[in-house]
Amino acid sequence: MDLLKRNLAPVPSEAWARIDAEATRVICSNLAGRKVVDVDGPHGWQLAAVNTGQLQFLKKDPVPGVRTGLRTAQPLVEMRIPFRLRLMELDTAPRGAASTPLQPLVEAAEKIARAEDTAIFHGYREAGITGLIEASPHKPLTIAKPDRYPQIVAEACEALQQASIGGPYGLVLSPRCYTDISQAGTNGYPIREHLRQIVEGPLVRSPAIQGGILVSLRGGDFQLVLGQDFSIGYASHDRETVELYLTETFTFRVLEPAAAILLKA
Amino acid sequence: MASDTYHEPLELLPEAVRNLHRGLASLIEELEAIDWYQQRAAACSDEELKRVLLHNRDEEIEHAAMVLEWIRRNSPEFDRELRAYLFTDGRIARLPIQGKHGSGKSENPEVQRSPGSLGIGSLKAEE
Repeated sequence: MDLLKRNLAPVPSEAWARIDAEATRVICSNLAGRKVVDVDGPHGWQLAAVNTGQLQFLKKDPVPGVRTGLRTAQPLVEMRIPFRLRLMELDTAPRGAASTPLQPLVEAAEKIARAEDTAIFHGYREAGITGLIEASPHKPLTIAKPDRYPQIVAEACEALQQASIGGPYGLVLSPRCYTDISQAGTNGYPIREHLRQIVEGPLVRSPAIQGGILVSLRGGDFQLVLGQDFSIGYASHDRETVELYLTETFTFRVLEPAAAILLKA
Repeated sequence: MASDTYHEPLELLPEAVRNLHRGLASLIEELEAIDWYQQRAAACSDEELKRVLLHNRDEEIEHAAMVLEWIRRNSPEFDRELRAYLFTDGRIARLPIQGKHGSGKSENPEVQRSPGSLGIGSLKAEE
């Protein structure tokens, strides 16, 4: 039996298919970090840490004259979000119901996507993760009115280029900024398209940030290391409900801090 | 000769390669038959004949599955790929390119076929 224990859940295969499809849909539509950073893996449950290649020198030597250092590793963090679904409603799937109520799953999927993106952008100190915003050495630029976005974003691209960080770039925007640029245009030309041309990459909406972040997409700068990719497992059940959980193991590494710049709203 | 589709001189081919060729040729024939029966059944205006054709198609699917399993057991490469793709729940196109922007997909096929994984992986090239 695998760690997820899905075969113990009183969930029909048709319902599992809907659960997995809905979770995938919600997670993919909410994730932003994976659209702009490298992904390494998934390596599975057994990966516990990533080799940093660093040595942490110890002060006390075991024998005089013997220098010692500990090899350091960055551990993966394991996230788990439980949610409960009604068995009667899951049983409607094999009966041919057009849809199955999965709101608790949707909320859990939104939450776990938000958690991963928060760790990528803002860091997660308790898990040993430094976010790309806090790592950036660049002075943040300020974005205000949508019609000024192209100029500010062009300045941000220039700042990265001056740091020898090539493009293309991806522009991650908060939902409010993303909405603003979707509605605005200059001389009849949509600002969204203008921004795409400037950054030569995608515009990505992220509920996990305020303002925006310009990130180089050239590769090798930011690394999301996956152990077990997003998965759904079984926890328990009673006569009326089944408790499942969304889980993931990962860590995030900033390899080139200068490859991102914050745009404050 | 069992097959006239060898592309190299027969004397240069080891017996294992010849047998794999026999299996692959059989699989091709079964899949072709499935396709033919499917089309004939779809176009057939006689309901009784249509049922017979669909029955025959289903038999060919069984034959194809049997010979595919033989191929899997005798080709480590087929075995690895089938374990990675078959009976997974995530989007098929995403499974083989997980981590394509990092160090690549996991070398462990057990990871790829983890039954509960949604198989989301990298989204970097999507937009």
